[in-house]
Amino acid sequence: MTEERVYSAPGDKIETKHPVTVNRYRGYTRLNHWVTAACMIVLLISGLSLFHPSLFFLTDIFGGGQTTRWLHPIVGLVLVASFLLLFAQMWKLNLPRREDVEWSRKIGDLLQGNEENLPELGKYNAGQKVVFWGMSGLIVVLVTTGVMIWEQYFPHLVSIPARRIAVAVHSLAAIFTILIFIVHVYAAIWTRGTIRAMTRGTVTGGWAFRHHRKWLRELAGRQRSDPSK
Amino acid sequence: MTSERAPEPVTAAANPPLQPLASNLLPSDVIRVSATSDVPAPERHLTEVAKLIDVSKCIGCKACQSACIEWNDTHPDIEENVGVYENPHDLTPDMFTLMRFTEYENPVTNEFEWLIRKDGCMHCADPGCLKACPAPGAIVQYSNGIVDFISDNCIGCGYCIAGCPFNIPRVSKTAHVSKKCTLCSDRVAVGQGPACAKACPTKAISFGTKEAMVELASERVEDLKSRGYDHAGLYDPQGVGGTHVMYVLHHADQPSLYAGLPDDPQISPVVRGWKGPAKTVGLAVAGLAAAGAVLHGIFARPNEVTAHEEGEAEDLVEDHDQRHGDREA
Repeated sequence: MTEERVYSAPGDKIETKHPVTVNRYRGYTRLNHWVTAACMIVLLISGLSLFHPSLFFLTDIFGGGQTTRWLHPIVGLVLVASFLLLFAQMWKLNLPRREDVEWSRKIGDLLQGNEENLPELGKYNAGQKVVFWGMSGLIVVLVTTGVMIWEQYFPHLVSIPARRIAVAVHSLAAIFTILIFIVHVYAAIWTRGTIRAMTRGTVTGGWAFRHHRKWLRELAGRQRSDPSK
Repeated sequence: MTSERAPEPVTAAANPPLQPLASNLLPSDVIRVSATSDVPAPERHLTEVAKLIDVSKCIGCKACQSACIEWNDTHPDIEENVGVYENPHDLTPDMFTLMRFTEYENPVTNEFEWLIRKDGCMHCADPGCLKACPAPGAIVQYSNGIVDFISDNCIGCGYCIAGCPFNIPRVSKTAHVSKKCTLCSDRVAVGQGPACAKACPTKAISFGTKEAMVELASERVEDLKSRGYDHAGLYDPQGVGGTHVMYVLHHADQPSLYAGLPDDPQISPVVRGWKGPAKTVGLAVAGLAAAGAVLHGIFARPNEVTAHEEGEAEDLVEDHDQRHGDREA
């Protein structure tokens, strides 16, 4: 009989026991993540080039202003499709839980290297959840306002006053997206051993024990009850 | 030889001189450039020009539209007749000026009035299109007041549409550049007035220095007032710093009667916020966050997993195995 998953996603499993390595993201999810990431980087560069005149030179990367103007919204749609797939895989484990409150309160301990004072967590901590829901919300805002100002295909979708608001909100949302992007990338770098979860797909047992112990416990508990074994 | 520079035009009525003249509207006469903050101060300041459109004299013949099409060599589509006088139905990338017709029942006199306004770029002293434009050099303003779109630099994003308080620019579906009235900058450059003013059979459109046009307007306003249009006046909206296309209106107290001419046009505060503080603050915040992350990365201790924790993980996994084994036994 398979125990119900509370803290882990399908595909998460203990890969080896000596030493322990844990499968965190399947190949499919990793590909999905990197497609989204590539889109995001193109969008940030092309968006910034039209956001501030001092960055307009970045349009040269894409072959000039005209191409940048054309490319940005198309890549935006690809990102939305790609992010939707990620969202479907991750939303459940990103729902807030009781331990997130305590974790957030003690975030100072985390930054000072006293992670042992923090509560045990499932697959995601509150910071990761903020990144997840923040990105999800911002992407909805960005695609909505983006379509409203998409001159090439939707020139008359909304009135001009609405368009002014849309373009301002789009810029503002983009700034917040950049902030979350920075937090996301930097947190993955600062928390050593994280990036391999999205490259090789596995993390070490110690990493799982230190940062996501409930997740590790659940996977350990599921080990032999897995009917596929 | 074309060594002699053309004079600055003071009227649209004069015919061109026979000898060829060099352009007198130079790149150095530009005082504002889109997405560019360090525009060099011009050596000379041209006399400000203006087009004055006397709505009370307009007969709606559309000669101005024809002249505009001919001079600019545009090809507006032939459209369906949908029962209105406007033709084409709206300003388009190929129609820079449009007669807009309004039927107005004057509640004071109980008389029917046919208000015909020649719509098109107003050449604002403070142009919203230029403020909104993200492409360096796509929109320029000359010291004589002309606001011109430089198609070679235009990226077709349509931000100028959001910036304009008058709903004027139109982005071409084929060339993907924004288009509007140039105030015939290419004619003005060689001492000629705009094509529309030249073609107007009733002199409803005049062209000259802004000063002369304001003066002409005051004569016209006086005349209209003497004929019972108490609210006649000049439309030179100060919310955009004044314009270089102005109207004489019989009902200057209600500009919006004339096919929605804005009563008090100004660059939307939303556009000002977006193009002002938002840009600088936004970039600064993003830059600081990135710099902060880099500094933290260099100076702070990374969050590293210890060998002890790796051992703990092995124990944890083994424990579970054993407990399971006990249960099975």
